[in-house]
Amino acid sequence: MKPEFKVISDLINRNSHVLDVGCGDGMLMELLAKEKNVNIRGIEISKIKVQNCIAKGLTIIEGNAEEDLKQFPDKSFDYVVLSQTLQAFLKPEKVIDELLRIGKQAIVTIPNFGYWKIRLHLLLKGTMPVTRTLPDEWYNTPNIHLCTIKDFVYFSKSKNFRLSKSIALKNNQPSYIKNYNLNFKNLSSNLGIFLIER
Amino acid sequence: MNIKENIKTLIIKKPLKLDCGQTISDFPLAYETYGKLNENKDNAILVFHALTGDQFVTGLNPVTKKDGWWSYAVGPNKSIDTNKYFVMCANVIGGCMGSFGPSHENPKTKKMYGTDFPVITINDMVNAQINLLDFFGIKKLFSVVGGSMGGMQVLQFISNFPDKSKTVIPIACTSSHSAQNIAFNELGRQAITADHNWKDGKYILQNTVPDKGLAVARMAAHITYLSKKGLQEKFGRKLQERDDLKFGFDADFQIESYLRYQGSVFVDRFDANSYLYITRAMDYFDLVKQHNGNLSNAFKNTQAKFFVISFTSDWLYPTQENKDIVIALNAIGANVGFVEIKSDKGHDSFLLDVPDFLKALKNFLDKSYLEE
Repeated sequence: MKPEFKVISDLINRNSHVLDVGCGDGMLMELLAKEKNVNIRGIEISKIKVQNCIAKGLTIIEGNAEEDLKQFPDKSFDYVVLSQTLQAFLKPEKVIDELLRIGKQAIVTIPNFGYWKIRLHLLLKGTMPVTRTLPDEWYNTPNIHLCTIKDFVYFSKSKNFRLSKSIALKNNQPSYIKNYNLNFKNLSSNLGIFLIER
Repeated sequence: MNIKENIKTLIIKKPLKLDCGQTISDFPLAYETYGKLNENKDNAILVFHALTGDQFVTGLNPVTKKDGWWSYAVGPNKSIDTNKYFVMCANVIGGCMGSFGPSHENPKTKKMYGTDFPVITINDMVNAQINLLDFFGIKKLFSVVGGSMGGMQVLQFISNFPDKSKTVIPIACTSSHSAQNIAFNELGRQAITADHNWKDGKYILQNTVPDKGLAVARMAAHITYLSKKGLQEKFGRKLQERDDLKFGFDADFQIESYLRYQGSVFVDRFDANSYLYITRAMDYFDLVKQHNGNLSNAFKNTQAKFFVISFTSDWLYPTQENKDIVIALNAIGANVGFVEIKSDKGHDSFLLDVPDFLKALKNFLDKSYLEE
C-alpha cells in the first residue's frame, strides 16, 4: 500500500461519505472501501482511468474538478480527498474553496517543493528540479502550481482554514508538522498531507 | 401490417389511463425474452428500444430476417450477458411490431385506427411495460437499460417505479427533448404527411403506403444519427459506381446512394403512422417539467444505482444533456456514475461495435450484480 494512502485512510472515520477528486485508477477508493467501509465516489478526467475504475466496480464520474465540483451540494461529503493533484489546477485556490464547500473536511496532499533534494537540485544544477515525485520536465509537466509545505500552511492561515492535522512524509515515514518544526519538516519531507476544514 | 408469426404477445387487461386522457384496456403488448430467469428472479433486465427498434433485441429478428438492433451489446457473453441475465424487451405501444398501435383495428369502427389512435407518451409506454414484471413475477429488476428514446423510457421508468430496479442505465439520451430534436422529428412527420399516399393516415384502407415520405423521414433522421467526421471518413466525396459526375440528379455520390438505401429498406419494416406517433411521444418527453422544473425530484425516491453514458460525437443527444441527468442525481446524493465514450460514430454509437462502450456497460453490470 502507498504510505500516503495509509495516512489518508487513518484520517478517515469508518462508514463515512467520501469523494476522491482526481481518483486515478481508484486505488485509494478501493482501499478506503475495504478498510473503512466508506461510501465513496470518484471523479476523474482521464477516460482510460475512468474505464479502469468501472472495471473495479467503483462509482466514478468522468469530469474535470475545476468545472464539475459545482454540481455537488454544500457539505454533501464527510471528506473530500485531493491526492497530489492541487498543483495541476489552473486555479488551485478556487478548487480548495470548492472542496471545503462540498466536504465537511478536505484531505489535501501536496508534493513538497521545499524538500531539500529539490532545493539542492535548483541550487547546484540551476535547472528545474526533476525528482521521483515530480518526474516531469518543466516543458511537459502538468504541475503548474507547485508549492512547499510552508506555503500551504501559510495559505491555509491566510484563508482562515483550520488545519486539523498536518502530516509530513519523509522516506515514507509520517510525522506531525507543528509550528515549531515547520522549517525542518519543510526541508526534510517530500510530501505534505493536510486535513483541513473551514 | 400483416399479423406476424413468432411474436409473443401479452394482453394487458388492466385499464391504462393515457396522458392524453383516454383509457385503454385489453390491448396487446408484444415482447421477447432472452436468457433464463433465475430462481430468485433477481437477474432480469428490461431493455427499452429506441424510435425504430422493436422487441427483437438480439439474434435473428424473425420478422425482418436481420440481426436484432442491439446484437453487439446483448447475447451470450456480451455486455448484457444472456448466459447470466434474463433480458426482456417490449415493443412500445404506438409501435408496429405487434404492440397496440395505429395499424391495429379500432373495435368500434372495425377499421384501422390510423390517426384516430390516441397520442401516446413515454410515460404511457413505460406504464404499459411495467405489466411485464407482474407477468413474470419479478418484484425488482436488476437493471433497466436503453439508448436514445430507450434511455428516456429508462428515466421515466425509475421515476414512476423508484423501487423496481436495482440499477439504471440511460444511454445517449436526454431528460427533456430539445428544440433541435423536435425540429428534426417535425421534419420527418412533415415528409410523411406531405406524401400524397399518406391519405390522412388511412393509407392501408386505400391499399397504399406513403413510402416516399417515410423514406425521406428516415434519411433525414439517419443523418442526425451519424457524425460529420464519421460520414466524411466513410463516404467523403466518393462517387457511386461511376468515374465522374453525371450532371443530373441521380445518386452521384456514395452518401446519396447510402441514404436512399437506408430510406428504402426502412419503409419495408416500419409503419408511417407509428413513426408519427413515436416521434410525437419523444417530443412530448419532458421529465423536468413533469417534476415542476426540478429534475432531481424525478429521482428523489429511488435508491437505485445509476450509470449514465454519452458519446463524444453524439450531437443529437450531446454529452451536456446526459450530464444534466448526472448533475440532477448528484444534487440529491444519488449513487451515479458517468462516462463519456470517445467515438466518431455519432448518436448511433450505442448500437455499434464501440469497444469502450461495450466494455464499460459489461463491467458496470457484472460488478453491480455481485453487490449485496
